[in-house]
Amino acid sequence: MAAPKKGRRTPAGHGHPGRTLALILIVMIGLVGGMFWYGHLTPRLGIDLAGGTSFTLAAQNQPGKPNAINETNMNTAAGIMERRVNGLGVSETEVQTQGNDHIIVNIPKGTDAKQARQQVGTTAQLGFRPVLTIAPGTKTPTPNPSKGQQGKNDQGKGDKATGKQGSQQKATSPSKPSASPTTQGRAVTDALKKAPSAKPTPSGSAKPSPKPSPTLPGAGSGIAKQLAALDCSTKQGRALAGQQAANAKPSDQIVACNQEGTQKYVLGPVAVEGMDVKDAKAAFDSQGGQGWIVQMDFTSDGGKKFADITGKLAAKPRPQNQFAIVLDGAVVSDPRVDQQLNGGSATISGGGFTQQSSEDLANMLSYGALPLSFHIDDETTVTAALGGEQLHAGLLAGAIGLGLVVLYLVAYYRGLSLVALASLTVSAILTYTIMTLLGPAIGFALNLPAVCGAIVAIGITADSFIVYFERIRDEIREGRTLRPAVERGWPRARRTILVSDFVSFLAAAVLFIVTVGKVKGFAFTLGLTTLLDVVVVFLFTKPLMTLLARRKFFADGHPWSGLDPKRLGAKPPLRRRRTAPTQTKEA
Amino acid sequence: MSKLGSIGARLYRGEVGYDFIGKRKIWYGISILITITALVGLAVRGLNFGIEFSGGAVFSTPATSVSSAQGQHTAESAAPGHQAMVQKLGNGTLRIQISGLDTKQSLPVQEEIAKDLKVPVKDVNTQLVGPSWGEQIADKAWLGLGIFMVLVVLYLAVAFEWRMALAALIALIHDLTITVGVYALVGFEVTPGTVIGLLTILGYSLYDTVVVFDSLKEASKDITKQTRFTYSEIANRSINGTLVRSINTTVVALLPVAGLLFVGGGVLGAGMLNDISLALFVGLAAGAYSSIFIATPLVADLKEREPQMKALAKRVKAKRASAEAKEASRAETSGDPQDDDPEDGASVVGPRHQPIARGRGRGRPSGKRR
Repeated sequence: MAAPKKGRRTPAGHGHPGRTLALILIVMIGLVGGMFWYGHLTPRLGIDLAGGTSFTLAAQNQPGKPNAINETNMNTAAGIMERRVNGLGVSETEVQTQGNDHIIVNIPKGTDAKQARQQVGTTAQLGFRPVLTIAPGTKTPTPNPSKGQQGKNDQGKGDKATGKQGSQQKATSPSKPSASPTTQGRAVTDALKKAPSAKPTPSGSAKPSPKPSPTLPGAGSGIAKQLAALDCSTKQGRALAGQQAANAKPSDQIVACNQEGTQKYVLGPVAVEGMDVKDAKAAFDSQGGQGWIVQMDFTSDGGKKFADITGKLAAKPRPQNQFAIVLDGAVVSDPRVDQQLNGGSATISGGGFTQQSSEDLANMLSYGALPLSFHIDDETTVTAALGGEQLHAGLLAGAIGLGLVVLYLVAYYRGLSLVALASLTVSAILTYTIMTLLGPAIGFALNLPAVCGAIVAIGITADSFIVYFERIRDEIREGRTLRPAVERGWPRARRTILVSDFVSFLAAAVLFIVTVGKVKGFAFTLGLTTLLDVVVVFLFTKPLMTLLARRKFFADGHPWSGLDPKRLGAKPPLRRRRTAPTQTKEA
Repeated sequence: MSKLGSIGARLYRGEVGYDFIGKRKIWYGISILITITALVGLAVRGLNFGIEFSGGAVFSTPATSVSSAQGQHTAESAAPGHQAMVQKLGNGTLRIQISGLDTKQSLPVQEEIAKDLKVPVKDVNTQLVGPSWGEQIADKAWLGLGIFMVLVVLYLAVAFEWRMALAALIALIHDLTITVGVYALVGFEVTPGTVIGLLTILGYSLYDTVVVFDSLKEASKDITKQTRFTYSEIANRSINGTLVRSINTTVVALLPVAGLLFVGGGVLGAGMLNDISLALFVGLAAGAYSSIFIATPLVADLKEREPQMKALAKRVKAKRASAEAKEASRAETSGDPQDDDPEDGASVVGPRHQPIARGRGRGRPSGKRR
């Protein structure tokens, strides 16, 4: 040992191993604390291990579509439901068709059954329909130019007023163009604005707008009668209207209520369909003050259609410059269009979204509408398919296997096995707590294959230490003392670990992005354990090794340290060191 | 254990070692034999897909006091040879799913179940169920696998070289074929667990191969600057050098799985645990085996075809011949030449030439004493 003094350590710049260890300790305490904070002390188990709830959904016959309930549609519906309840693939839900017209959905214990029911039961038939007429939600005795229309007329029409409205609702727009007197459309942002509600607003100078003719433009008298008969103020009325609207052909005009039941509409044929939505996500509109909204991106085809219809609508008078976003027969939102929108995206605001409901809607829109509508026939609990004995057997066997691993490591690596076992323990604690916390966070559930996968992950984690230990031992065989060996072995071991873990991570990432269902869930677990492997080796094993290399027990190569140069067969002339009297025995 | 340690040391120095590369033909032969057996098994027996893939029949019984475990036995005896999944529902009825039954086949099973549970046959409701692991999941899984294979080969070709990428791919296919073949031969039912097991093996097989290749790459870094060893010999030494690591890793990875397979599965009989652990056990063993016995020799084979390596082999041969001649003329010399040779001959650069100075200098750059 050339420099036995403690002060001049860390030649290779691997300073502060203690801090790194403290960091990972704090992370561990934080995770365990989080577990207690949320009150989830065990990971959520999959349906095979813990049982859960089973829904039976029956497809509903729709008038006008006699052959809709067929195998193709049922399979499509099952696939969409699967993705809705198991978008990340980690929640271990099962969806299968049963008989000709039933779908069974099994969700593991501890899943929010109400939410799941909504997710699988909602058809999510989305359509963008131009608004022809708006009326207040109650029954109107005679088909009249509706109050909604009048309301519109009373309403401030001045460009300034519109501009102001726009600025209030869309403060996000970076540069608010001052209201120009000529073009209304330009005065507002290109984003859609929520249309003002039908109640008259006092502001603005009334601009003479083309008076709506008493008969609805483009709407037949039949639809006018329907509108008059429509009662949106009661739940039944809304449900009925929704059902009728949902069953109508896309090319038909429909009458519909908004979700609150305050307004009713006559709507033109579907201009853009839900199928044209490529992707949707929930967002919080903090600047515009609209609360939770759903942002949609259209497919290129859908974008074109959308640009088309908005271009047409923008030129029309109120309320025909509004379009309605209709979801399962109810109007969620009725934004006004001021100019053609070419962005290929749109937002749904209003509708009283909460975080949950906006996320659910975005989720449904992303995965598409069910080709059929379903009602829930039956909801019941189910027991675990594998029963407790399999889990217990698995745990027992796993424990025996782990015991053997410990024995093997101790026998082979002796003192070093402490490092290995400590690292495995850290890895186990991190895996367990993170999996437990992911239960409530993203619905992660552990099934039997995942438990087995975790056991294999032990081997992969252990391999990282083994690679490193063997490197250190090789360095010692070269005649180095422990501390330089620890530092010199590290860069090479690190490269091996990173290269090989990268391959595993690549597999996980590709499978996670591309696949669905259980394969996706597997990819998630693989990625997680691979990342944890790297974290543990870098932040725990290496610093611990650096610290231990300073201990006399290891540095001197005590026979039980697992680093005895003699046992390792270090080259004889180099074995002798001033601080290693044990080595001289042989002489 | 100290023996193991010193064997490790001697392996590391190349004093002892198994000639993996020289005997590669034997191992290729063995692998081809196993693979053919696996393929024949697959062709003859086929895979036995579980209810999750193929669908089947579901029977709902009236409320009963029979537990789901007892129901399991009932179902298995009612439909021998088919996999049964039994769940007890909240209202006390049993939901029994049996794979691979069509309408016709399910009738006698329905009667059997009714008889066993002592309920009227008409109270047992039968319906066909579709697969929960639908075609879409399978299609996407294949797509994902395809993309991954392309990416990993590209990555290995860049990070290592195309020969290693090719060898790793062959080893991977080898491992998966053997695992699937063994699965077909044993006749266990293919469940989602099996598929997950196969995917785990896919990851592990590549991982293990990459670890071995990494050491091979390091060992062959400056190969053209020396004339002591051919590429094959370097590769052989590199395998032997990492042999201890390979053995240790394999033991550590296999022990828990062996526990699952022999203790868990063996004691409790067939079950999902058995399906998974069998796939894992065979696959892990094959993965560890192929990295050493197949992948690295393949790389050596491919490498030796390179003109550069051919030239090197020639030089090495020439040098050896002349050394031999010298040796013969000098009759005998003392010492074991092998003890020192590896150090400066192989691969590994600089420092190893002067281990003494290194040991003293403790890795500090010599100029910066402060």
